[in-house]
Amino acid sequence: MTSLNLALPQPGTVRRKGFIGRALANPVFLFGAVLLGLIVAMAALAPLLAPYNPLAQNMLTRTVSPFWMSDGNWAHPLGTDGLGRDYLSRIIYGARISLLIGVFTVICSGIIGTVMGVLAGYFGGKIDLVINFLIMTRLTLPVVMVALAVVALFGGSLIVVVLVLGLLLWDRFAVVMRSAVMQIRNQEYIQAAQSMGYSTPKLLFKELLPNIFDRLAVIATFEMAHAILLEASLSFLGLGVQPPTPSWGLMVAEGRQYLLFDSWLILIPGAAICVLVLAINMIGDGLRDALAPENRN
Amino acid sequence: MTGAVLSVRNLTVDLPLSGDRSHAVSGLSFEIHPNEIVCVVGESGSGKSVTAFTAMGLLPKALKVSAGEMLFEGKDLLKMSRSDHAKLRGQRISMVFQEPMTALNPCFTVGDQIQEIFRTHTKLSGAQCKARTLALMEEVRLPDPQRVYSSYPHQLSGGQRQRIVIAMALAMDPKLLIADEPTTALDVTTQAQILAMFKTLKTTHNAGILFVTHDFDVVAEIADRVVVMQKGIVVEQGTATEVLNDPQHPYTRQLIAAVPRKKQGEAAPLQEEIALRVKGLSKTYHVARTLTRKARTVQALHPADFSVRKGETLGIVGESGSGKTTLVRCLIRLLDPDDGEIWIGNRNFAKGSRSSLRTARQDIQIVFQDPYGSLNPRRSIGEQLIGGPMNFGVSRSVAWDRAKRLMKIVRLEEDALYRYPAEFSGGQRQRICIARALMVEPKVLIADEAVSALDVSVQKEVLQLLADIKREMGLTILFITHDLRVASQICDNLIVMSRGQIVERGTVEQVFGDPQDAYTRQLLSAMPGNGWEVPALEAQPTT
Repeated sequence: MTSLNLALPQPGTVRRKGFIGRALANPVFLFGAVLLGLIVAMAALAPLLAPYNPLAQNMLTRTVSPFWMSDGNWAHPLGTDGLGRDYLSRIIYGARISLLIGVFTVICSGIIGTVMGVLAGYFGGKIDLVINFLIMTRLTLPVVMVALAVVALFGGSLIVVVLVLGLLLWDRFAVVMRSAVMQIRNQEYIQAAQSMGYSTPKLLFKELLPNIFDRLAVIATFEMAHAILLEASLSFLGLGVQPPTPSWGLMVAEGRQYLLFDSWLILIPGAAICVLVLAINMIGDGLRDALAPENRN
Repeated sequence: MTGAVLSVRNLTVDLPLSGDRSHAVSGLSFEIHPNEIVCVVGESGSGKSVTAFTAMGLLPKALKVSAGEMLFEGKDLLKMSRSDHAKLRGQRISMVFQEPMTALNPCFTVGDQIQEIFRTHTKLSGAQCKARTLALMEEVRLPDPQRVYSSYPHQLSGGQRQRIVIAMALAMDPKLLIADEPTTALDVTTQAQILAMFKTLKTTHNAGILFVTHDFDVVAEIADRVVVMQKGIVVEQGTATEVLNDPQHPYTRQLIAAVPRKKQGEAAPLQEEIALRVKGLSKTYHVARTLTRKARTVQALHPADFSVRKGETLGIVGESGSGKTTLVRCLIRLLDPDDGEIWIGNRNFAKGSRSSLRTARQDIQIVFQDPYGSLNPRRSIGEQLIGGPMNFGVSRSVAWDRAKRLMKIVRLEEDALYRYPAEFSGGQRQRICIARALMVEPKVLIADEAVSALDVSVQKEVLQLLADIKREMGLTILFITHDLRVASQICDNLIVMSRGQIVERGTVEQVFGDPQDAYTRQLLSAMPGNGWEVPALEAQPTT
């Protein structure tokens, strides 16, 4: 039986790209990552980049138009708002708020949702019943309404907004993780690990989590975009981040009264929100494609 | 030559550029005559299914026919327009697929699905359609056609579903029937019935049958002529008697030599020491009541007693639903048995909660059936191997050394430890699984259908490996299988299970030579290729 092939594929004949390599080969992911990278850099370097103090008011230079309009000038490239604050500086500082809200909300809701989903999916039975009930209850609550009510009660600050969104946006994590774990827990490698004496926590972390991480990453990006949009809506309704802190949603709200004659006051922060959400969603899409097992090698 | 139903001349089908070779099949030529079964045999990747799909015009878009012709009753199927080809399909040429569950639409009754063919191809009235459908069901020997007529696919057994698929294929009395591994998904007794049906059908319908299979015993059972394929090339063809008894090509010889057969010669004497003793092990499933159905209890495993001596290989044979999987799951406590004792050494493995068993798990390990599902795709082979011993307190470096040694024993290179499962073939993965199970130095190894998903030559390798390991390490093996042929090759003693009960036990000689139970006799007579003595090939020099 010497003719049977016992040899392994030679190294080099099968070249595996790491997951980062595969992601970077994906144009959608690359574009989203570059865009998000620019926004993050802008937020991090805000004191260096911003030409003015974003809070400094100047009644003499109110509602100056941005540079591309006939009455605009380069002293205030994106113009000023109704209180004479430099719009470019406010946009730059506003990125900090949006990113902070997005990241911390997702950390908070991701942990809650993943723990619930994994427990429900892996143990099933009564635990699953209870968690399913919690998920159902959560799904019956309209997020914006509850967030508005809570913020109205406790006052709007960055921390309250992050906590409220974090405690509300875990439903998608829980639902997806639960079904992913239910699929995987009956795989033979999980049973093999059980019979090799893995303790349950070790089994969950070492065998199970790596196999659902791709789905986790994808939902995290989508939820981050979701959270940023919600913060903008809350701020727009006056119940999110409080003035004078520059938040993109708040800027849209403040520009509302100038909608007819100075519409760029709304369009510029609106575009900023749009670009950030788009970038994050593109990263999510790209991750999903790059992490799919059939796209390996 | 005239009179051929299908004659394939010099057929070449290209693979896409990313494939591992340039042609899926190349230079393929053969003929099928009326009243003849031609078996196309080969291992996975040999191009046998591509051949079948080309004739049906069902090739995936990525594959292109680049040369050759395929004459059906004198007309070239490859030059025909799509709509002309579609008219032939189902009417003059029809196909039976491997998986009867997915070949039927779950939303319609099977009666409707058969009738659909009459409605498409004929102008019969509704009542006539129904009469023809029932007649067909009689012909494929379905029990109680009236009831089956209004059943949905999920209400029928695998064998019954395959009969429906065959009935659909026969509906328009085709001249050419293409069957792609039609019995591979079925139990051996069902397989025997379906094969017998194919043999009668070829004469009653005077049709040519192209039968694709990987199993030489099935070939021996039904083939008139045989085409052996390897990597897209026909290596040998001829009448069944010629190819089976006097194979010329080395590859054919290799395949035939790998057909599992009862081992010859005296078995090594067994030690007295008992490695595993099972007493009164039983398991019942409770199905809770629903709105429309009462609660039921299913006795999956009747109290079972057996013991395995150290160094013995005990085969547990049974068809699907025989309770062998429940038995295995209870033995390694992935399921909790209702009652009974499992003694390994002087520890009762059936007692105690699952978490208290963790330390005892070292003694009993398992190799699963599916080489693709039983390795974690996201962890390197080395990490997966050393995980087990490290759970039992072995240090990382000791475990790593052991992993390297075991890689050598299962005949893989050390380099494999740093790779991921996706880079290995099915047989290699199965060897990795064996190594993983041996990492914790178990006393008992359970092989749960461990070779069923593998090609026959790979199967032979893995069986050989298991036998070697057993001899060298004095391991005790429980070998679970549905295939009596494989069991007879590797086992010392056999247990036959049916409907959750042990119906027969004894040495291989006893079970094969003098079966006591009616079910065992039925299983033995259902084994394909019964009349065929495999020629002793390994003694001959290969050319």
